[in-house]
Amino acid sequence: MIEREVTIRNRAGLHTRPAASLVKLAAKYKAEFFIDKEGFEINGKSIIGVMTLAAEQGSKLLLRFSGEDEEAMSNAIVELFEHGFGEPS
Amino acid sequence: MPDETTHTAEVIIKGIPASPGIAIGPAFLFHKQAPVIREKSIAREETSAEVARLEQAVARSHKELRKILEFAQSKLGEDKAKIFEAQLMILEDAVLFDSVYGRIRKELKNAEFVVYDEIGKYHRMMLSAKDEYTRERAHDVEDVRNRILRNLQEERLISRLEGSSIIVSQNLTAADTLILSRNDVLGYVTDIGGVTSHTALLARALKIPAVVGARTISQTVRPTDRMIVDGYSGTIILNPSESTLRRLEQKREEFKRFEERLSELRELPAQTLDGHRVELSANVEFEQELEFTRLQGADGIGLYRSEVLLIGKEVFPTEEEQFEQYRLIVEAMYPQRVIIRTFDIGGDKLMVNSTKENNPFLGWRGIRVMLDKPELFLDQLRAILRASTRKNVSVMFPMVSSIKEVRSAKRFVEEAKDQLRKAGIPFDEKIKIGVMVEVPAAAVIAEDLAKEVNFLSIGTNDLIQYLLAVDRGNDVVSGLYQEFHPAVLRFLRRIIERGKRKDVWVGMCGEMAGDPLATILLLGLGLDEFSVVPNVLPEIKKIIRSVKYKEAKKIAKHVMTLETEDEVKAYLRGIMKDKFPDIPTD
Repeated sequence: MIEREVTIRNRAGLHTRPAASLVKLAAKYKAEFFIDKEGFEINGKSIIGVMTLAAEQGSKLLLRFSGEDEEAMSNAIVELFEHGFGEPS
Repeated sequence: MPDETTHTAEVIIKGIPASPGIAIGPAFLFHKQAPVIREKSIAREETSAEVARLEQAVARSHKELRKILEFAQSKLGEDKAKIFEAQLMILEDAVLFDSVYGRIRKELKNAEFVVYDEIGKYHRMMLSAKDEYTRERAHDVEDVRNRILRNLQEERLISRLEGSSIIVSQNLTAADTLILSRNDVLGYVTDIGGVTSHTALLARALKIPAVVGARTISQTVRPTDRMIVDGYSGTIILNPSESTLRRLEQKREEFKRFEERLSELRELPAQTLDGHRVELSANVEFEQELEFTRLQGADGIGLYRSEVLLIGKEVFPTEEEQFEQYRLIVEAMYPQRVIIRTFDIGGDKLMVNSTKENNPFLGWRGIRVMLDKPELFLDQLRAILRASTRKNVSVMFPMVSSIKEVRSAKRFVEEAKDQLRKAGIPFDEKIKIGVMVEVPAAAVIAEDLAKEVNFLSIGTNDLIQYLLAVDRGNDVVSGLYQEFHPAVLRFLRRIIERGKRKDVWVGMCGEMAGDPLATILLLGLGLDEFSVVPNVLPEIKKIIRSVKYKEAKKIAKHVMTLETEDEVKAYLRGIMKDKFPDIPTD
């Protein structure tokens, strides 16, 4: 299992559009992917789950990946967060 | 006096004005029953049938939502239609439905109950979120859930109504608002909601009057009650009296005529009858003005007064804070151009220090301050440059009085660019630079200035004060402040001619640009851009569109032969009265 910590960089937070890109990217990998925000965990492959997170700019999230392609998946997902989902920060 | 026995009394209810316009008509009560869900156990051999039943309901919901999405895209545009895309994605959420199907099989419960319960978990969490955005999304989640449940129970939603009516409801989802609009909906009224609710946003986009947050209106109104919805003031009137009805009908007609006039002009270019096109843009201070500015049909922002960022501030806003604000304006106006004027402080405006100046108007102000404060200037220039990536930003310097100042300011722009380049931050390499011509010296050297920059923008308020040596704020002499003083007009002609000789465009962002009496004259002098306060924009556009450039040039030529302001004004008023009797020019 791989654990990575990320911070929401884009101004609007993890709203519908970034949530959609995140879920779409996650769907390309086999590994399981969970997002933990302050002890509350949701499945990162579920749009309704990600919508529930209400993660605003500056929120810290703990990402957990486990499965055969966890390495590649964690890198791809973390990069998406670091680029603020290609949105204004 | 109305007869109380035959007339029901007029009732006035105040809500929140959500979408402008006045609707008069019968009420249609749109009651959506919350689905009644019973928890039922099913036999193990029934599970496949139960799963299949849910799959069908989901497929039907999917089809419905796709239709709504397409309808929304065509009616509201891609951006606003996104609300429905999110709902579609929930229907496609494999994690969610895996657990729903799993629970049906494992817990042996009916599909309605499991869908209600499983989606309900997320719904509750979103409702308890701190931010409004997530709470609003909770309504989307609820809407999807109810759609699936309705399809499970194989109910059809009644969304067709007879005749035209005003929809009254406890609450309307985005989908309800949109689907109902296929009928002849005159207005929307809801018990709950604020100006940012879906009903409000969609009603505005659909141009249907709406009042939201009218508390218990859905219980007060009876079907077919006659009612008035005033989306300007947020007032709802039930059983209006004859006189109220007449008053509101009149108000509605007035607003309609006004809006027709605007909308006729909105999309049309500021172009003369013989095809000479000028740019008609707006002077803007606050982001709240942007929507109105666009509605007024502006070609862009000809003057964004960045010093508004300093209002109420003890310290200068950081580069980051400025960038946020500039980008907001620039994005909102894209692809139209936004001219950001660097801080114009001093004079009668905000002071950066407490030094008492005997003559602030002749003192430390405009570009002079910024050239003396390299750190502040570079912060601002970097912020402006960073906001320029979409290539619709220009920068403009105020109070320039010499070539030396322009060159120094340009060096600062280059320095800011270098810093950004080194940091790998993108910006528009070819950002256009302009100066305001508001000091007589700048007018005299207009041709040389034009060689240094991409555009000139005439600031008439200061130019006239300096040229005529009149303080507008001084009652004793304010009468001597004359926009149409022949010296002013000759100056304007000179600036425009000399600027254009060097192939730069020449605009005007002072008050005179928005004075209808000056429009034909300025047009005839060859002004390329008029930047005016948003509310006069349609009027100025109307004037430009009603004359020939050839004619305007002739008028300007004649004006130049007149020797006093009174003669100039009398001559121009005569022309205006003749051509535009409905535009006041006093």
